Amino acid sequence: MAPLTRRSVLPGFGLTLGLTLAWLSILILIPLASLFLKTTELSLQEFIASVTSHRVLHALSVSFGIAFAAALVNLAAGVLVVWALVRYRFPGRRIFDAIVDIPFALPTAVAGIALSALFAQNGWLGAPLAKLGIKVAFTPLGIFIAMIFIGIPFVVRTVQPVLADLEPELEEAASSLGARRWQVITRVILPSLTPAILTGFALAFARAVGEYGSVIFIAGNLPNVSEIAPLLIVIRLSEFRYADATAIAVVMLVVAFLIIFAINRIQRWAQTRGVVSYSVT
Amino acid sequence: MIRRTLLALAGVLIAGAAHAADNTLLNVSYDPTRELYVDFNKAFAAAYQKETGKTVEIKQSHGGSGSQSRAVRDGLQADVVTLALAYDIDAIASKGILKTDWQKSLPQNSSPYTSTIVFLVRKGNPKGIKDWDDLIKPGVSVITPNPKTSGGARWNYLAAWGYALKKYGSEDKTRDFVGKLFKNVPVLDTGARGSTVTFVERGVGDVLLAWENEAHLAIKEFGKDKFEIVVPSVSILAEPPVAVVDSVVDKKGTRAVAEAYLKYWYKPESQEIAARNFYRPRDPEVAKKYAANFAKVDLFTIDDVFGGWTKAQKEHFADGGVFDQIYKN
Repeated sequence: MAPLTRRSVLPGFGLTLGLTLAWLSILILIPLASLFLKTTELSLQEFIASVTSHRVLHALSVSFGIAFAAALVNLAAGVLVVWALVRYRFPGRRIFDAIVDIPFALPTAVAGIALSALFAQNGWLGAPLAKLGIKVAFTPLGIFIAMIFIGIPFVVRTVQPVLADLEPELEEAASSLGARRWQVITRVILPSLTPAILTGFALAFARAVGEYGSVIFIAGNLPNVSEIAPLLIVIRLSEFRYADATAIAVVMLVVAFLIIFAINRIQRWAQTRGVVSYSVT
Repeated sequence: MIRRTLLALAGVLIAGAAHAADNTLLNVSYDPTRELYVDFNKAFAAAYQKETGKTVEIKQSHGGSGSQSRAVRDGLQADVVTLALAYDIDAIASKGILKTDWQKSLPQNSSPYTSTIVFLVRKGNPKGIKDWDDLIKPGVSVITPNPKTSGGARWNYLAAWGYALKKYGSEDKTRDFVGKLFKNVPVLDTGARGSTVTFVERGVGDVLLAWENEAHLAIKEFGKDKFEIVVPSVSILAEPPVAVVDSVVDKKGTRAVAEAYLKYWYKPESQEIAARNFYRPRDPEVAKKYAANFAKVDLFTIDDVFGGWTKAQKEHFADGGVFDQIYKN
């Protein structure tokens, strides 16, 4: 086993590690620990009964299911946006590039109100859609739209620098060696982008799972239909049932952690595979 | 909501730092009282200065009644609370921050103004909504906030319940009636203002169950050519209570001014402020003067029908209560 402190050419290992740990503890670990501690006010049976009730399970499936679907859409759309922004020069490119960041900066409540105004049955997009019999605002579809909106910059901003660093010469070399266009994409470009794409996907997904502000205005918030888990937490708090609220939060946290952990493993695997396929070609 | 708490806390910090006036009070209130307290605070500050020669500055914090109550419970330093329903102040009292019989310290259940629940419909009343019975008809879409998160919504729910109980006499039929009503609700917003926006701006729903003052405000804001108020045959007497937060005023030494502030509500000129903001005044003289503003409606109280807030809260809005059972199937 390697010694804990290997001598490094850079000084200050102890100091930086200490600061990192202190900082992470104050900002993340202690609040999380207090969350878990609050949950222990419930007995194990109470905890299980609380988080496996029909309504809680439904809210969790809405939050996780729709967040996952929205992150998938963002993955596909985000990669396309990145491709256009990085590989082509067109008028207004910088403006489009800046627009991508708007969901980052916009207060989520503003996003929610704007989206629900747009997609309500009297809104610009909602009215024509309603004629086709598609209701968006105040249905689960509205949640989906809001989650796509807040997630898109995560995919774009993580994939963009990687694609920008990917030399076009690599693709030229591949095609001069006889690779078809499709092979260039699947064998050269995608393997190098996959780790970044997965990171973007994980970030967009994580953000959407916990999203409250923008979703709440467009969701409809009907129990067992369009109620997201964060809203149920707020409802539990209104009932002064803090422990039950934290119980839902703990389940969300653990599930989200497991999913993100799994994505990280896939990412690691994709990274090594990417390197291998390079060395073969 | 956390953000709201933080904002309120920040407000308190700024208030502490600035300290321009001789006295500073923080009034933690609920959603639709913004306009009311702007008027009332101005009148009180002037009256207080005239009487004592001291200035007073009143900070306001607004939000859903339940979350405001929780903020005070969790340590927001409010001198006075003016919330939507007594249960939300009871919840603070149960923490020992103010005395449990707070509701006896001022006249009329410590509710200097009252309100009720009415219907707001679209111009011309296209669905012909006249009374509570029309709300459970198929094809009628009703907008109300979620009683779990909104004080106003609890009054809506209890008003419907009280009507049905009076009409059918049996608990089962009443439950059935309220269940049918909520089947007609397409959106449950978290607060009263949210529901007003959904109905007025998004064009969702045929009828909005609203505070009387909120309904009048919507008409004032958006015009008589867009909406009408329909007053049902029976509704609930909503008594939004006010209270001094004992532990805070004793610590800050603001008890005298905080009590003067709330007592000022019972002066005729303050009662007029309430009436002008479409809250029903308690003072009979003022009530007579503004009688044209308030439709005659048969009002029952929560004590008559439900045996008080604590009982109503437990039976209807607690986890697994009647409201949750409505959404079970």
